[in-house]
Amino acid sequence: MSSSAKPLLSVRGVQKSFTMHLRGETRLDVVDDVSFDLAPGECVVLGGPSGVGKSSILRMIYGNYAVDDGEILVREGDGGFADLAGGDPRLVIRLRRDVIGYVSQFLRAVPRVGALDVVAEPLLSRGIDRDEARERARALLRRLNLPEALHELPPATFSGGEKQRVNIARGFITDHPILLLDEPTASLDAENRDIVCEMIEAKTSAGTAILGIFHDEVVRERIATRTIDVTAFSARRAAA
Amino acid sequence: MSDAPLLSVRDLSKRYGARVGCEDISFDLWPGEVLAIVGESGSGKTTLLNCVSTRLQPSSGAVSYRMRDGVLRDLAELGEAERRFLMRTDWGFVHQNPADGLRMRVSAGANVGERLMAIGERHYGRLRETATDWLGRVEIAEDRIDDRPVAFSGGMRQRLQVARNLVTKPRLVFMDEPTGGLDVSVQARLLDLLRSLVSELGLSVIIVTHDLAVARLLSQRMIVMKGGRVVESGLTDRVLDDPHHAYTQLLVASIPES
Amino acid sequence: MSATTPTYAFAYLDEQTKRMIRRAILKAITIPGYQVPFASREMPMPYGWGTGGVQVTASIIGPNDVLKVIDQGADDTTNAVSIRAFFERTAGVATTTRTTEATIVQTRHRVPETPLAEGQTIVFQVPIPEPLRFLEPRETETRVMHALEEYGLMHVKLYEDIARHGHIATTYAYPVKVEGRYVMDPSPIPKFDNPKMHRSPALQLFGAGREKRIYAVPPYTEVVSLDFEDHPFRIQSFDRPCALCGADDVYLDEVVTDDRGGRMFVCSDTDHCEDRRAKGFTGEQVHQEAAE
Repeated sequence: MSSSAKPLLSVRGVQKSFTMHLRGETRLDVVDDVSFDLAPGECVVLGGPSGVGKSSILRMIYGNYAVDDGEILVREGDGGFADLAGGDPRLVIRLRRDVIGYVSQFLRAVPRVGALDVVAEPLLSRGIDRDEARERARALLRRLNLPEALHELPPATFSGGEKQRVNIARGFITDHPILLLDEPTASLDAENRDIVCEMIEAKTSAGTAILGIFHDEVVRERIATRTIDVTAFSARRAAA
Repeated sequence: MSDAPLLSVRDLSKRYGARVGCEDISFDLWPGEVLAIVGESGSGKTTLLNCVSTRLQPSSGAVSYRMRDGVLRDLAELGEAERRFLMRTDWGFVHQNPADGLRMRVSAGANVGERLMAIGERHYGRLRETATDWLGRVEIAEDRIDDRPVAFSGGMRQRLQVARNLVTKPRLVFMDEPTGGLDVSVQARLLDLLRSLVSELGLSVIIVTHDLAVARLLSQRMIVMKGGRVVESGLTDRVLDDPHHAYTQLLVASIPES
Repeated sequence: MSATTPTYAFAYLDEQTKRMIRRAILKAITIPGYQVPFASREMPMPYGWGTGGVQVTASIIGPNDVLKVIDQGADDTTNAVSIRAFFERTAGVATTTRTTEATIVQTRHRVPETPLAEGQTIVFQVPIPEPLRFLEPRETETRVMHALEEYGLMHVKLYEDIARHGHIATTYAYPVKVEGRYVMDPSPIPKFDNPKMHRSPALQLFGAGREKRIYAVPPYTEVVSLDFEDHPFRIQSFDRPCALCGADDVYLDEVVTDDRGGRMFVCSDTDHCEDRRAKGFTGEQVHQEAAE
């Protein structure tokens, strides 16, 4: 708890396991007693070897994975905290719209929707005018060096790096107070990786709290204000 | 999204003698929300849809709906005239087979205009204009307005059915496997169209589908049914990415990764 | 043949049947335009020959009535002659071809040109009483639609007409709304005759024998033809007068006069035409004959 500012996100005693009913009820414990805070302007990196549960933590905070036990308290616009660990779908939908942004490892492309509209969509759902949303989306895609010719095309046929830049633009276009990043720079070249780092720095200096996973050491060194070693929460270690 | 649910389903059951259609179903639907009901054939999802939409009388339980005047009404207590009026103005129903939802022997224009004529539109020119506009919105060429749906492809028929339902600006639309029976590429086009219409018009939708990809693309929340009961429900991407019930895990494991 | 055949009840039907039909008629009169089911009898003539109209006429006719029967406006076609003979033989009533003299007019497909008066009754022969059947074949559903006044479908039919022909192309059995409530099929009369039904002083009864339905329009009842604001109801107009009597405000039939393509247009209402000619009116055909 290095930051003295009031946290935007407070994770308390979170536990996660998977029960595979089709594999003879195998129980797979992922993490146990995950607890940390995230304050405005921080860029906290989740560290630890692969398979230790870093992505699962991000996904739980985004409401994409259910939580077995514990609390995930998220500060809303009115200053109150909502616990999304309860899994109330409408609460999660509201928090995703207003508070928590997420850039996944892979873009889940919607058929027939052009890149520009994919990026603009989060603004539209917040009631921003279509023309303005598309303009801002265009600016962001330009900044990420996505060729103009691709802007109106559906990303399904794009290369991995191109898809990922669309995905990053979609995550960065809003001013969500909390941004979750799952390996956003993994398939990018050095130049674009630098741009993404600049964008992250711009976000944190504007007060956005970022929680991310970055395998790239150079990136980690550059942007992390704090690192949380997820090994400490690993349920497998605890079970062993 | 408003705080008051648009539709509330409580302890709804439908039995056919000893056989269970659906049992003890409860859920709420909020304005602007898309709810998917998934499950294999025989799981009771269509029975549930028909009970909720008053096309079938439940054996027990209640369905209430917030009418346009803001009053929550028990649908079982609506008079027949009121119920039918609700169904053709504030509600829509998109059938899997377009022939069940269209008049196959009258023109596309009349199919779109029928609901308007039913509520008293008596100006041919305005009907034409509205029909033309809606055909455009569902990507049917304007010059097909006087053709009958029998001359349309499956995808066009389904899009026409959508237009016919949306012309009265309903707040709630029921869909029963709307993409079933269509080619994959045609499906994608229809789904994309539904997705944009739903968000543009702020529709609330209950969609029955056995196709998890359809549920993922269109819905925010989903209900998984098996043997007439709800085995799992929640945020759509949570249910699909972290399925808890054995049956949901089986469903999810059955689709190839993409 | 003019004497009553003693083996028949008056006007053929037994008294119980007539009472049953009269009850249906009374109910029909109290709910203008509503189709009342009745236990239609087998009549000694085939369906399509006016069995519904004949049963209605048989139930309301009395010994002092004067009956006129027309088929497409004519008193002298097979159908009209047969039905007239039927009542002459079974009821012994007086018959006429003069509209003004008749107390009961049974008709197939026309309303006489001479306006009907108070005290007269016109009985229509109806093949298909249900106006909604064109688009909704289920009787259970059409009954509900009538009950709930769901008449959008009628306009769908008219819409289709305009879309296909540029105007409302329905020329006969043109649907009407009765007293602002029930939509009714006026039987296959030309739409030319629809306005004659509106606020008519005569009682108008409709009998459908095969379909077992009776409906009615009491005197002075609103009968409005359905239409669109921008495609208002219009009756047929003819670009020439009757070749025989010169009338230009009547419904005309086309008559083929020879096998070389010769034709003429004459009043479909034979009584009206004869009446006018008796009064000295003449048409083009008469002029030509006089010239030859």
